[in-house]
Amino acid sequence: MTITLNSKIPAGSINDKWNNYKEDAKLVAPGNKRKFKVIVVGSGLAGASAAATMAELGYQVDVFTFHDSPRRAHSIAAQGGINAAKNYQGDGDSVHRLFYDTIKGGDFRAREANVHRLAEVSVNIIDQMVAQGVPFAREYGGMLDNRSFGGAQVSRTFYARGQTGQQLLLGAYQQLARQIGLGNVRMFNRTELVDVVTIEGRCAGIVTRDLVNGEVVSHSAHAVVMATGGYGNVFFLSTNAMACNVTAAWRAHRKGATFANPCYTQIHPTCIPQSDPTQSKLTLMSESLRNDGRVWVPQNPDETRPASQVPEAERDYILERLYPSYGNLAPRDISSRAAKRSVDSGRGVGPLKNGVYLDFSDAINRLGKDVVEERYGNLFEMYERIAGENPYDMPMRIYPASHYTMGGLWVDYELMTNIPGLYAAGEANFSDHGANRLGASALMQGLADGYFVLPYTIGNYLAPMLNKPIPGTDHPAFKEAELAAQARYQGYVDIKGTRSPDYFHREVGRIIWDYCGMERTQQGLEKALSELPALYEEFQKDLRVTGDAESMNQTLEKAGRVDDFFQLGMLMCRDALEREESCGGHFRAEYQTEEGEALRDDEKFAHVAAWEWTGDPTKSIRHKEELNFEAIHLATRSYK
Amino acid sequence: MSNHLKNLKLKIWRQSGPTEKGHFEEYVMPEISDEASFLEMLDVLNEGLIGENKLPVVFDHDCREGICGTCSLMINGQAHGPERSTATCQLHMRKFKSGDEIVIEPWRAAAFPIIKDLMVDRSAFDRIIESGGFISANTGGAPDANLIPIPKSVADAAMDSAECIGCGACVAACPNGAANLFTAAKISHLNLLPQGQAERYKRTEAMVETMDEYFGSCTNHGECEAACPKEISIDVIALMNKDYRKSKLKNRKEISRS
Repeated sequence: MTITLNSKIPAGSINDKWNNYKEDAKLVAPGNKRKFKVIVVGSGLAGASAAATMAELGYQVDVFTFHDSPRRAHSIAAQGGINAAKNYQGDGDSVHRLFYDTIKGGDFRAREANVHRLAEVSVNIIDQMVAQGVPFAREYGGMLDNRSFGGAQVSRTFYARGQTGQQLLLGAYQQLARQIGLGNVRMFNRTELVDVVTIEGRCAGIVTRDLVNGEVVSHSAHAVVMATGGYGNVFFLSTNAMACNVTAAWRAHRKGATFANPCYTQIHPTCIPQSDPTQSKLTLMSESLRNDGRVWVPQNPDETRPASQVPEAERDYILERLYPSYGNLAPRDISSRAAKRSVDSGRGVGPLKNGVYLDFSDAINRLGKDVVEERYGNLFEMYERIAGENPYDMPMRIYPASHYTMGGLWVDYELMTNIPGLYAAGEANFSDHGANRLGASALMQGLADGYFVLPYTIGNYLAPMLNKPIPGTDHPAFKEAELAAQARYQGYVDIKGTRSPDYFHREVGRIIWDYCGMERTQQGLEKALSELPALYEEFQKDLRVTGDAESMNQTLEKAGRVDDFFQLGMLMCRDALEREESCGGHFRAEYQTEEGEALRDDEKFAHVAAWEWTGDPTKSIRHKEELNFEAIHLATRSYK
Repeated sequence: MSNHLKNLKLKIWRQSGPTEKGHFEEYVMPEISDEASFLEMLDVLNEGLIGENKLPVVFDHDCREGICGTCSLMINGQAHGPERSTATCQLHMRKFKSGDEIVIEPWRAAAFPIIKDLMVDRSAFDRIIESGGFISANTGGAPDANLIPIPKSVADAAMDSAECIGCGACVAACPNGAANLFTAAKISHLNLLPQGQAERYKRTEAMVETMDEYFGSCTNHGECEAACPKEISIDVIALMNKDYRKSKLKNRKEISRS
């Protein structure tokens, strides 16, 4: 298959591109929409909003989730907020400023046209969600309240206590539920995508596995949307939910969809540090806490006094010292590296010396405990439940953890992958955040893609297909994919080795974290690329899955997901090795300034790396999409 | 530093399918860190079972941050275990002590059939939301978000109800297997807001009647409020009942007008 990466960026100035696109896009008449079937995989913000909107328009929509209900998707766990260029605070915000902040935050590695569109539709998202009844925080006068997030000098973040993701997801879920109730959407719960089927160069449908009885079934459609989230669980320990996985995107990749920038992963600075080797996941503490919390470590590595007894003069407020103009609200990648360096230098705090303090004592003195409780009460409670310490009395201990993945399926301006008819939305695609995502922008992107982009762009693809037959599930390509999927899952059961999928997941995660985590080197990546294939071979020979493939079997589900993480992990390391520069979340120790900041190489690497599957993840082919910056000038990112 | 609990005796409900007969099985957990979460303790148990070539215990879980509502479990007869306002996934072993016997069961309610072991089917909750738990606002054309000011007290009260995570603890804790707290939380979230007024009575009638198709009746035990990991107050049930009564008049009156 020859790969062409045509980004299909519309003509015109950056301000006009989206309008120009919409004016030129082909339309499907209302009465004809019901003749088209669209499959949406995933029911998070992007999936639920896309499915609900397309069903409202009149398309037949089938939605698939591996959860027991669409309301469980991991978008629900986002805490802090959602950005929008409303300028309700009158503090100088605008579409252009949100666009610029996002491009700069992403270290100039995102596609300008997509990001500008994101900033444009951000304002519609807030209007839409309020109309649906999302109870955003309000001021006493009844107007919407805002707060600040990292990488911005304006207050443009809308929030609903510390549960913004929950409220937005439930809003989108309720719109989806309405369409299910009306019979416009067929919902398939506890059903996992196991393959993507392409026929004559276009995406013809998917193959799924019913997690309750193991049944493998094909579904054909005119178009398929992957809204299947990110791959942060490749690290094993991450803030992602336990079931988050790369399988759907990876299966699409194996069928020809290029995978872009897999090495761009975000390590979130404020998570609760690991306390125990049996730990299964890490918990995020919202970035919003950095509005009022101050990050510090003791000057003296041998400090033994409790935090409150360390005098001011013996504290190092690392972010305020290094980045005075943004202070504690420096972007995530930068803040994470600052924390890592403090811990690496032996100044970590806590029993395992594996964290830094996030201290609220100044805020409590300045604002009073009540105000702090009003703003962050539920986060403080969550911290106390997990860490067993009361953050009103002693500072939180935090450390970076894998949180979000900017890389994903390559998509063009229409959010279509290089396989016609196959789309990717939300965290599953690569398009908007470059090499680093700003806080409160993931919710914005998921909803932008689902509510305001896909419903337009999919029509443009479907219109010419009106009244033309599409292959049904009796086509040999579907049968072949079903048999391959059945064989794959039966194969895991038949290995009958000695180690569980979790054992291998921990091991693969450790290698990726050590060599392809917050700091990467050529030597380390080469080491990972020699260790991973050996471990993968062991996985294929020594995996143990008890039970069978014909009933509810969570060990078997895990085995399939770990298999795909292995392959993705190898590609991540390849991508990190070939990108000989530092940018955003991708920090190569060989490429840094004298002050230890990321050093980009715009001459050689101002492009997207989109990888083509060849059958061996260590031998994938690297394609390039050059990034052309017309509206803004490439600059060195500085938050000093 | 962490301490370790020793010799926990676990009695866990095992059931191979919806129609199979279930039973308690006993396991001993020789040692576990008190820093481990309750579900991490079960992960350790399951790793051990796989090591012995046995079937691990099936249980629902996902975010492990207390927000997705996927986890469940009756722990020593209490929905989500002994800690107030805490979902099972946020419960930590420091709440237990060495030698404790811990009985672990699935949610037990007629409307939540068991799928396997500790996993149940809660899709009846989705049916309630599908019947009216939304504001009909098609995408596009929404007015500016600040057009309708909402007093902070109203927004806060709506948010208090909207915090429901849909876990089903209220149903599991209720002696009647009623879903009144779940249903009323959604009704109160939407009925309190100005945007929710247009469908207020239609919504209430539809949701209450769908709820009654699947779930038992409320007799004001208040067990639901005590079990709720989000501490949703049973006051919302009073609001639902009031709006349901009114709906019978309002909806009739509107029908006669049409």
